[in-house]
Amino acid sequence: MSKKPAEPAKPGADAAKDPSAQDAAVPEGPGPKAMQAGEPAVEQERRRSAAAASEAVASGAGGGSAPSGSASSGARTEPVPTADWVNPLRDPRDRRLPRIAGPSGLVIFGVTGDLSRKKLMPAVYDLANRGLLPPGFSLVGFARRDWEDQDFAQVVHDAVKEHARTPFREEVWQQLAEGMRFIPGDFDDDHAFEQLRVAVEELDSSRGTAGNYAFYLSVPPKFFPKVVEQLKKHGLAEAPQGSWRRAVIEKPFGHDLESARELNRIVHEVFDPEQVFRIDHYLGKETVQNILALRFANQMYEPIWNRSYVDHVQITMAEDIGIGGRAGYYDGIGAARDVIQNHLLQLMALTAMEEPIAFDAEALLTEKLKVLKSVRLPEDLGAHTVRAQYAEGWQGGEKVVGYLEEEGIDPKSKTDTYAAVKLEIDNRRWAGIPFYLRTGKRLGRRVTEIAVVFKRAPHSPFDSTATEELGENAIVIRVQPDEGMTVRFGSKVPGTSMEIRDVSMDFAYGESFTESSPEAYERLILDVLLGDANLFPRHQEVEESWKILDPIEAYWDEHGRPAQYRSGTWGPREADEMLARDGRSWRRP
Amino acid sequence: MKIDLTDTTASKINKALVEGRRAIGTPAVGMVLTMIIVTDEENAYDSIKAAEDASREHPSRTLVVIKRHVRTLRDRTHSRLDAEIRVGSEAGTGETVVLRTYGDVSDHADSVVLPLLLPDAPVVVWWPVEAPENLAEDPLGALAQRRITDLYAFDRPLEVLEQRARHYAPGDTDLAWTRLTLWRSMLAAALDQARVKVTSAAVEAEADNPSAELLARWLEARLGVRVDRVGSAGPFVTAVRLGTADGEIVIDRPAGPLATLTLPGQPSRTLALKVRPTSELIAEELRRLDADEMYAIALRGDGIKETV
Repeated sequence: MSKKPAEPAKPGADAAKDPSAQDAAVPEGPGPKAMQAGEPAVEQERRRSAAAASEAVASGAGGGSAPSGSASSGARTEPVPTADWVNPLRDPRDRRLPRIAGPSGLVIFGVTGDLSRKKLMPAVYDLANRGLLPPGFSLVGFARRDWEDQDFAQVVHDAVKEHARTPFREEVWQQLAEGMRFIPGDFDDDHAFEQLRVAVEELDSSRGTAGNYAFYLSVPPKFFPKVVEQLKKHGLAEAPQGSWRRAVIEKPFGHDLESARELNRIVHEVFDPEQVFRIDHYLGKETVQNILALRFANQMYEPIWNRSYVDHVQITMAEDIGIGGRAGYYDGIGAARDVIQNHLLQLMALTAMEEPIAFDAEALLTEKLKVLKSVRLPEDLGAHTVRAQYAEGWQGGEKVVGYLEEEGIDPKSKTDTYAAVKLEIDNRRWAGIPFYLRTGKRLGRRVTEIAVVFKRAPHSPFDSTATEELGENAIVIRVQPDEGMTVRFGSKVPGTSMEIRDVSMDFAYGESFTESSPEAYERLILDVLLGDANLFPRHQEVEESWKILDPIEAYWDEHGRPAQYRSGTWGPREADEMLARDGRSWRRP
Repeated sequence: MKIDLTDTTASKINKALVEGRRAIGTPAVGMVLTMIIVTDEENAYDSIKAAEDASREHPSRTLVVIKRHVRTLRDRTHSRLDAEIRVGSEAGTGETVVLRTYGDVSDHADSVVLPLLLPDAPVVVWWPVEAPENLAEDPLGALAQRRITDLYAFDRPLEVLEQRARHYAPGDTDLAWTRLTLWRSMLAAALDQARVKVTSAAVEAEADNPSAELLARWLEARLGVRVDRVGSAGPFVTAVRLGTADGEIVIDRPAGPLATLTLPGQPSRTLALKVRPTSELIAEELRRLDADEMYAIALRGDGIKETV
């Protein structure tokens, strides 16, 4: 049993850092959980669970896990309201009113980056266009550019026009543009952070942002310490009474357990763990949220969602692109750290977890942590894990180079661009059922899916010739693209002879709820502003995930080299052999 | 793809629908609801277009019921049903059946519609223009869990509004109310920021605007204050003022899609508050199919003692 290396201070340390995590799964009193339900089924679900607390809806984004108490923000001239002030215009029965973020602003560091232009800015616009941002919402950019506010506004304008999901509307743009500020400067530059503080205060008085700010660190992790330290130094991290300051960070959350802990320590020194939002954009996707709706709002799946009926589970995230221009970032990190550690383990946790006692952040965390903590690695890591690199080949009609020939990659690099691992979950529900996780670049096509493959029927009254074409039943949750769900089962082929063949029954988001499914970033940014942490992995999950991956990475470091697979195929032969050893095979997604 | 059937029956229409779908290669569809539109020939085109646009968000089977006025005596005694079936790209993302009824069958349109409803899926009925007085007891209305009307389509909307209030049944809703959602969410957001007790209120709108009346009633019910109705040149609702101890909270939309929001002690700021097309209103209606209790409260304008 090569269990994960024992972590001496594991539960203790977690509990000490975040006392609320373990025992606060009970829905809190009034406040955070009771936002207006605005959207899909999952929301309705949580709304029900939150009904009791709903009178406090009025506290809007002031909720979250922000310190409760008097809600007047010191500097402003508002009358003194009380914490239990209830907005008479809000009512849980009024389901048309969307979940609008409360007064707030968003500060983006590294605002000139790709992510910011392609995802964040369009998401902010789309939110505004859907009427989900508060009047007076402000967007502050921080970067090393010699820009004025107008130049920044122009950049956002262009980004929005090019990438926004919803049509461009001048009046929405005007509403947003009034609240845009730009702060030029380096992360070492005290003057710039001083300017930022002034800008934030100015926005509080001119736009009514009420001291509520989210700081989005869209910068490489090596700058995190500097930025959070500067935020602290200039009093930006500290929320005036009754308001909140939140930090939003993107992966990678470290490259192993130790570095992840270090990163968490640095960030938590400045921001409360509850005020740190780690973006895993997969969790913002409708389909991923739908896993919970599917499992826990329905009766027909849960009875078979266990070791008695499930044969194994395959979770795949395949990309058709290579590393592109990201050689500097990717080399030395590899597919397992880049994808398995966060996305795939999160998907696995959601697929395998027990029913949370409520649909709130603490309850979800509790259940996901239980799964991650009960993960057992295979004894023989050599036989049940595979890593590989893409080799030269043809992909979708295009000739592409191998990983080792990519520009900026050391020809002797051992970095994996494909990784497959077999994990087991040691609990009553899943004991003995393997979870196969695989990810890779330059695979057949871009697809992410979770396939729950069922055992064969214990007895078949039909001839073996009749069921020759019959495979195993499966439920496939397609995360992207073509979000939806497929159920595969056997059906009689029309005709006089009895022949049974696999057919699939399909639910596509695009068919039942066309078009309106929002981008993951829209949802996540809105949740940050609302203080709703359901869809964000907490630091405990990040650390547990590293505990799963670290021994595998350590084994790979010491044993052999990555296998090679031809670009455009579904991975190396070794991966097929890995499943063949268990008498199974990979699905072709 | 379009199939025309004259002098037909519901079962022939059902058969044609299946054939139509087969022909375009999509035998299985993920339609989430059946939408019945009851209208006249004059308004059919716009309504169908709005419903088809909305079907991009909510793929649905749209059944359009058009009662034809017949002129000759012979036609009046002879009852007839014509159907026009559209599937594929011509019908948004769902399928549309336009039913034209002549003669007696016009009074029994529910018998045609009933066999054409999608199994299990919710049913919504929409009267873009004329609507019966008691929606829930109308034969077609009784088939649906959501009944949409539009007070804007009436000459004396405020009288009809009283009628609606009298006959309200859970599931009733009106586009005049839907049009207010942006206003209401901005008002709620403004109050989130101001966090003060409202002591007086006024709604400014063009005369006899049913939305304005509903907005005023809603504010009365929720705020427990009397709301003044102030006439203005329009269009529709132009401003809402909420008086507080510190000054006024004002959302002012004199014209066009840009409004200004003023909070006491803060500079004013602009808000996007556009007048939405019918298709967006319908799409919003279809998002939730349970009873709209807040609409009932606004309809009745019960003041603070509402009980639903």
